[in-house]
Amino acid sequence: MEQLLYATLSLGAFALIAGIVLAIASKVFHIEGDPLSDKIDALLPQTQCGQCGFPGCRPYANAIASGEVDVNHCVPGGERTMLSIADLMGVEPKALEEEESVPVVAFVREDECIGCTLCIKACPVDAIIGAPKQYHTVIADHCTGCVLCLEPCPVDCIDMIQKPELLEHWSWPLPDTQRAQLGAERRESHHD
Amino acid sequence: MIKSLLNKLGFASAPFAGGITPDMCKWTENAAIEDCPLPPLFIVPIKQHIGQACSPLVQVGDLVLRGQKIAKSEGYLSVPIHAPTSGKVIKIEEHAIPHPSGMGLTSIFIEPDGKDERDTSLAGLDNWQTLDPAELRERVRLCGIAGLGGAAFPTFIKLLKDKRNPIETIILNGIECEPFLTNDHRLMVENSAEIVHGLQIIMHMVDAKKAIIAIEDNKLDAINAMQQALSSIGNDTISVASLPTRYPQGSEKQLIESLTGKQVPIGKLPMHAGVLCQNIATVKAINDAIMLGYAITDRIITVSGDAVPKPTNMRVRLGTPMRFIYAQRGLENFDGIQILHGGPMMGERMRHPDIPVVKSSTGLLAITDARIKPAHQVEDPCIRCGHCSEVCPISLVPNLLADHCRNDQLEKAADYDLFDCIECGACSYVCPSHIPLVHYFRYGKGQTAQVRREQSFAEVSRLRSEGRDARLQREKDEKAAKRRKVRDTLRSESVLNPDNDAKAKTSPTTKDKE
Repeated sequence: MEQLLYATLSLGAFALIAGIVLAIASKVFHIEGDPLSDKIDALLPQTQCGQCGFPGCRPYANAIASGEVDVNHCVPGGERTMLSIADLMGVEPKALEEEESVPVVAFVREDECIGCTLCIKACPVDAIIGAPKQYHTVIADHCTGCVLCLEPCPVDCIDMIQKPELLEHWSWPLPDTQRAQLGAERRESHHD
Repeated sequence: MIKSLLNKLGFASAPFAGGITPDMCKWTENAAIEDCPLPPLFIVPIKQHIGQACSPLVQVGDLVLRGQKIAKSEGYLSVPIHAPTSGKVIKIEEHAIPHPSGMGLTSIFIEPDGKDERDTSLAGLDNWQTLDPAELRERVRLCGIAGLGGAAFPTFIKLLKDKRNPIETIILNGIECEPFLTNDHRLMVENSAEIVHGLQIIMHMVDAKKAIIAIEDNKLDAINAMQQALSSIGNDTISVASLPTRYPQGSEKQLIESLTGKQVPIGKLPMHAGVLCQNIATVKAINDAIMLGYAITDRIITVSGDAVPKPTNMRVRLGTPMRFIYAQRGLENFDGIQILHGGPMMGERMRHPDIPVVKSSTGLLAITDARIKPAHQVEDPCIRCGHCSEVCPISLVPNLLADHCRNDQLEKAADYDLFDCIECGACSYVCPSHIPLVHYFRYGKGQTAQVRREQSFAEVSRLRSEGRDARLQREKDEKAAKRRKVRDTLRSESVLNPDNDAKAKTSPTTKDKE
């Protein structure tokens, strides 16, 4: 009987101490925001295009972090983004729903622009400059190609043009040996 | 034989870690430098160096002189471009440049008038010994000199007299360890006096105490020529070092290790070890720029390979199309022939010969398909022999690295120091399974660079997006504050009116919401 008392008391004391330590730790090491959704947000391409069905990259990251949606809805991020998010979340990679598209940037045909500023308001990254009744133009280096500016334009003077391929950004392809190609095929079949 | 055995056992002084001794194929080592005639059309790309591209200074129809500046440098890491001969600018448009992608760059097309008149606006600086190094350095930049050993790094940047990193030793790189290439070799034999004079100029510029001219022992006539040139001026601060033939000894850091025993750490420059490396041909160009005021308009190129009927060394104007140069040496049909720009180890295959030569062109090789191993078809599995690790001059593990690159495991590849690889090709050369190791490394580096680019763009976009959200929120808050103010004033003015009073009571709730 005495032994039982000792055991209960010592365990109880231990639980109390552990509880106090944990309570202090949770105050001291408290992190603002959701670290997981921060990590996911860092992997997303930040085009803010809304093609995933969420109004921007951060809401989609929050949704993935809370487990509401799958990891394969980011269209501009493509396979690489999907794989890295799946890796971070520890879930099976899923095939992309839509084909990865070529990178594009918006271009305003300035002689047709009426200066209505609607596209400026729509741009999620402030990449369009202009003022009322002045021509607007797109800062190509900052445009993420989200196409959100096309819809509000009343005169349809915005084109999406393919990003020019730069010599400095060219990279070597895989060697065309059979083994190199075999590796690529194996990777693809693994993802399906 | 005994020497290599001793080397392997570590008794003799090993020049540097790893390395190979390929069949050197220096068929043109005794061929005197010939002048290449002027082609019917010059194609001068606006970027011929590492760094920022230049912007054209001339317009279509302009008449230019040889050595006239036709494109000015934009930014610090850049040198201007000069016209290779006198003639007329007939168009400025994109044209293929010597690059493995086969892509093009804005180029200035010049039709020679045959007179080959020089621009004489820059005078020689015979009194360089009394001049300020900064002035000489500006001259080197103005004359468009970039490293002629193949990397084409703007030379003036290296010629900085820096108090924090004083240069003690200048190493003149006459190693030329790439097989086939003999352009530096012939230059040392034929222009040894100018090279030594150029070396004295750069010693004055960076205030170096001594200089070593490093030459591999398969170029005895060059060693003799340089020694003679030195003894004729009686200078005892410059010495000639004969090094055993070993590839890639011509690589800057490997050469420093061979000569001084010091390893320059990754991420550091030779100047951090108190050393300045210059190529033979670059020093000759510096000499011409200072003494004669000549901008760089030509360079020595080895034209060789088993598909070239008459291999030789040629002094070629920059901007000459490769097809024209090959035609001078009797090669006109390119069926079943691979063209290489540079040496066989680090050179790049060109897709067609209608590409101009630039400041980085050390050699032009044409090799028949039969002689090039069909490596791009028969890559066998790695048998873990370890030869690649043995020969790697920077002690990487090429077989593991290649596996990671092949499988897109870019982070792991980076952990195995992918970016320290100098792409010398020694591992690919010795691989018994014909694995194109360096090609995998280039792929891995390119992919990693792309991922990093995308990441930094995403980061910028995120900041812009967050900034926009913050701004919208602020504007909303300001509007709400304004509205509140208006309501408050209205309320105080119309306390007596019960209608307005009722409305005013709702305002605190909206305030709470916001």
